[in-house]
Parts: sequence; C-alpha cells; structure tokens
Amino acid sequence: MSRLTITASTPLCLLQDAGRFGVRHLGVTQGGAADGCSMSWANWLLGNALDATVIEITLGGFALVAEEACCLALAGADLGAQIDGQPLAPWRSFKLAKGQTLQLTQPLLGARAYLAAPGGFAAPQVLGSSATVVREELGGLDGMGRPLAKGATLNYDGHPGQMRELPRQHQPDLRSNEPLDLVLGAQIGQFSGQSLFDVFNTAWTLDSRADRMGIRLLGKTLAYQGLPMISEGIPLGAVQVPPDGQPIVLLNDRQTIGGYPRLGALTPLALARLAQYLPGTSLRFRPVLQEYAWKKHQHYLRSYL
Amino acid sequence: MNPRVEVVALDCLMLRLFDEIAETNMLWMLAASERLRAVFAGHLIDLVPSYTTLMVHYDLSALSPAQARELIAEALVDLAPNARAAGQCHVLPVWYDLSVGPELRLLAERSGLAVEEVIRRHSAREYQVFALGFAPGFAFMGLVEEVLAAPRLNTPRKKVAAGSVGIAERQTAAYPGVSPGGWNLIGRTPAKLFDRHRDGYSLMQPGDTVRFEAVSHAEFINLGGDDTPLEAQA
Repeated sequence: MSRLTITASTPLCLLQDAGRFGVRHLGVTQGGAADGCSMSWANWLLGNALDATVIEITLGGFALVAEEACCLALAGADLGAQIDGQPLAPWRSFKLAKGQTLQLTQPLLGARAYLAAPGGFAAPQVLGSSATVVREELGGLDGMGRPLAKGATLNYDGHPGQMRELPRQHQPDLRSNEPLDLVLGAQIGQFSGQSLFDVFNTAWTLDSRADRMGIRLLGKTLAYQGLPMISEGIPLGAVQVPPDGQPIVLLNDRQTIGGYPRLGALTPLALARLAQYLPGTSLRFRPVLQEYAWKKHQHYLRSYL
Repeated sequence: MNPRVEVVALDCLMLRLFDEIAETNMLWMLAASERLRAVFAGHLIDLVPSYTTLMVHYDLSALSPAQARELIAEALVDLAPNARAAGQCHVLPVWYDLSVGPELRLLAERSGLAVEEVIRRHSAREYQVFALGFAPGFAFMGLVEEVLAAPRLNTPRKKVAAGSVGIAERQTAAYPGVSPGGWNLIGRTPAKLFDRHRDGYSLMQPGDTVRFEAVSHAEFINLGGDDTPLEAQA
C-alpha cells in the first residue's frame, strides 16, 4: 500500500541514488544525486545503505502527505521545510503522523535537499539504478525517467532505526566560501600562463545556465593553446573550457564523452558543495594533486562510521 | 601505440593509447579493455573507451591513485592486439530516401555523385564502432569515404527521428531515439539500437563492426520501420 502521496512537485524533484554504473561505455550517463554527501547523510540518518534511493528536491515546490505514520529524514539544503506549517530543520530524521503534510517551500540556504525513507524509496532498478535521467528516459518511479509528479504515491520497505540528528561537526557548511578543490588534469599545461593565473586567482560566478548536466561559470576568458582534442571519456566534476573561454563544470547527467579541453575535475566533495550553490554565487578554485585529494576523501569516508 | 597514463579526476585515470583516429586502433583498444577489466576486477566502476583512449573509473575506497596506476601498468604488459573477429559484425537495414534522409541530395551535390552512388558507397563499407556516446546506444562509426564526408549542419535539428542514419565529417551513426541532432541525414533504420530489456542493452558495442544494407520501403515497413517524413515529426 502507498505510504506517502505527493501533493506538489516540480520537474526538479527526482528520485536519485548514487548513479548508474557499468554502462557508461554504451553512452549511458552516470546520473545520481548531485550532492552525493547530503544524499549519503540523509540515508545515514535512518541507518540505510548510504546509496539507497532518495528524493532530490531542487529549489523547493514539493509536498507530500503521509497515508500512515512514518519516519523520514532530511539532509542538504534548507528549503524551508515545514510539517503542517511548523518549521523543520534539515540534518535529522523525523516522524510524520498519518495525515500530516511535509512541504519544502523555497531555498533559504543551498539548492538541493534530500529526503530519505527507511530502506530507501521503492523504485524499479533500470540498468542497475533508480537514478532519474529525464533525457535518457531512464529511472524514476516508472523507470521511464519522469520527474516525480503530483498525485504519485511513494512506498518503502524498511523499518526505521533510532531517530538521529547529524552532529554539527559533520554537517556540510553550506555557507562556506572555501575554494573548491580542483584535481589538475592532463591539459592544464596547455592553457596560457595568464589563464592559469586567472583560474586560481580570480572569482567565478555561477551562470543561470545550470542543470544536472553542467553548470556554466562566468569570469575571465580562458585561452587553450593546445591542439584540438579527440573526444574522450568525461569524469564527474570535469571542468571543461569550450572555445568561448568560459568554463563549464560537468555534473551527474553529463554526456559520457566529449572533446573540449579540461582544467581538471572537481573532487567529489567540492562538487557536492557546488551542487548547493545558486546562480549568482561567487566561487574560487584551488589546485590539488590527485594523491592529496584521495587522502582527504579517505578521511571524509571515515566520518560515516 | 604509445601508451600514457594521465590524471583526469580524483578517481579516474586516462589511458591514452593513440594520437590519431584509425580503424586499426580498435583491436588494441579491445585488448586493453579486456586486460583492464581483468586486473581491476571488482574495483572497476566504469571503463569508457573512445577512439584513442580508455578512461578508467575505479573505486576510490579500495584503491589509491598509485595502486590504480600500478594496475594499469600491469594490464599493459605484453599487450597484443585482438584478432579481428573479436567484435560482432552487424548488418543494419536502411531505407535511404529523401523523405527521411534529406541530406542525401546535399551529399550528392558536394561529391558530384548521383544519389544512388552515394547510397551505394555508404553501404559498401564495413565500419568500426569507435565509441558510444551522446545518447545511450549512439555509436560513432567510421570511416566513410572521403568523398562522402560533410560537416555537421550549421543549425542542428531540434528533433531527429529514431533510427535516422547520418554522416558527420568521416563518421556515420544512427540515432537510437528521438533527439536533437546536427548530422547530415541520409536514411532510416528500423533496427532497435538500444533496448533496456536486451542483454547488453545496446545493439552495437565498442569494437563491433557495422555494414549498412539498403532496403526498399516495403522491406523497411515490414521490419517495423516508421516512415513518417522528418518534417512531419519536427
């Protein structure tokens, strides 16, 4: 039976998990939660597998009503969540009584909230994942890549563990203006000296042209001086520079191969932070080496233990 | 072959095998892919081949970057190209017609060949699948004869019909589903190129070869083709 009914939604409210793996050589994109950290914490709050299926709610406009008493968890952006009009802070599991409405209204801090249910929301596994990719018509509630729609019903199979709140020291700081770690890539030396200075010493502004494929940044014009490239695999977080000299950070729903030169790729932690920025936000990059970034990420993975 | 390993992301390395696109690359690429899958085993998350490179996405909770580099080096020891028979050869039926392939005329004009000759030449060759990308099951194939090469359309179409067969520069491809597209369209195949219920999902896999076979309108319809003209779908 259905446990929750969606009473408001937008095209930016999507079922997601960690993504679709093992099929990228067939041109199938990775998909998955844009802020993988917040998705993992939403699941952690219920004792779920960290990659269980969640709802990614971007910018708000989402509401659901409980058809029976249930326990859910919310992590990521503060989208002005309310239970029957009473404010609900993220980073905790909470209870909904039968008939109560959970509503996410508008972005107060960050862009993407993650809602988890015990054991994960029920959804068909399509090519090994429930991740919704609208463009590829894969994943989601019906497996055809459609966003969550008003009137749809949601189920889950798990039982809630103890109620949890994420200690403050583990909560990602969505106000932080720390530079974003960028692992330097193979073409970095083929940008002009001035461009290399500008990448790491000037501010970049998020353009409004941003979706789950990529986020455009506005700033100094970067000049690539190398040879034209043959298309090759694109990693998550790649920062590519098309001929207009304005970088694009590639997200979960990016194309699998492409031929624009790249500065490198954001680390998963930096990308999770970027996914929470709204258009107009100013950011900076910090160059890091792969080995350093790996050690930092190992440290982060231990925080879930 | 001149293999190099490059950093692309925290958990991805690029194995660059060649500097130029060539049909003979694929035999080496297939051999290297098999070796990489074997040495990385359960720690491989994705392996993305494309023309001259193999991107290795590995599990960063299991392997450090240094360990991943060592595995790639191990995979390359005494590497030899695969036998030509390694990939499957597909025959794709194509209804070549101006109503579904409006650039047939453009290609004929550019090349100075008759439309029938453009069709004959496109369907005479066996093509290599260099890479899949752009959309699930979209195979970049080549190389078409120099005389048939043509740049992409200045303004891509907003909507290209599923099965549309096209040419861009010296590559050819078929669109698995409805999508925007800028290739020069010359015909339409009834073949289902991507099917989530099929083993392996995609009809064409990297390293396979493809031959196009001209079929009549009646055969195209018999095979389940949709002959709705392009402009009627736009």
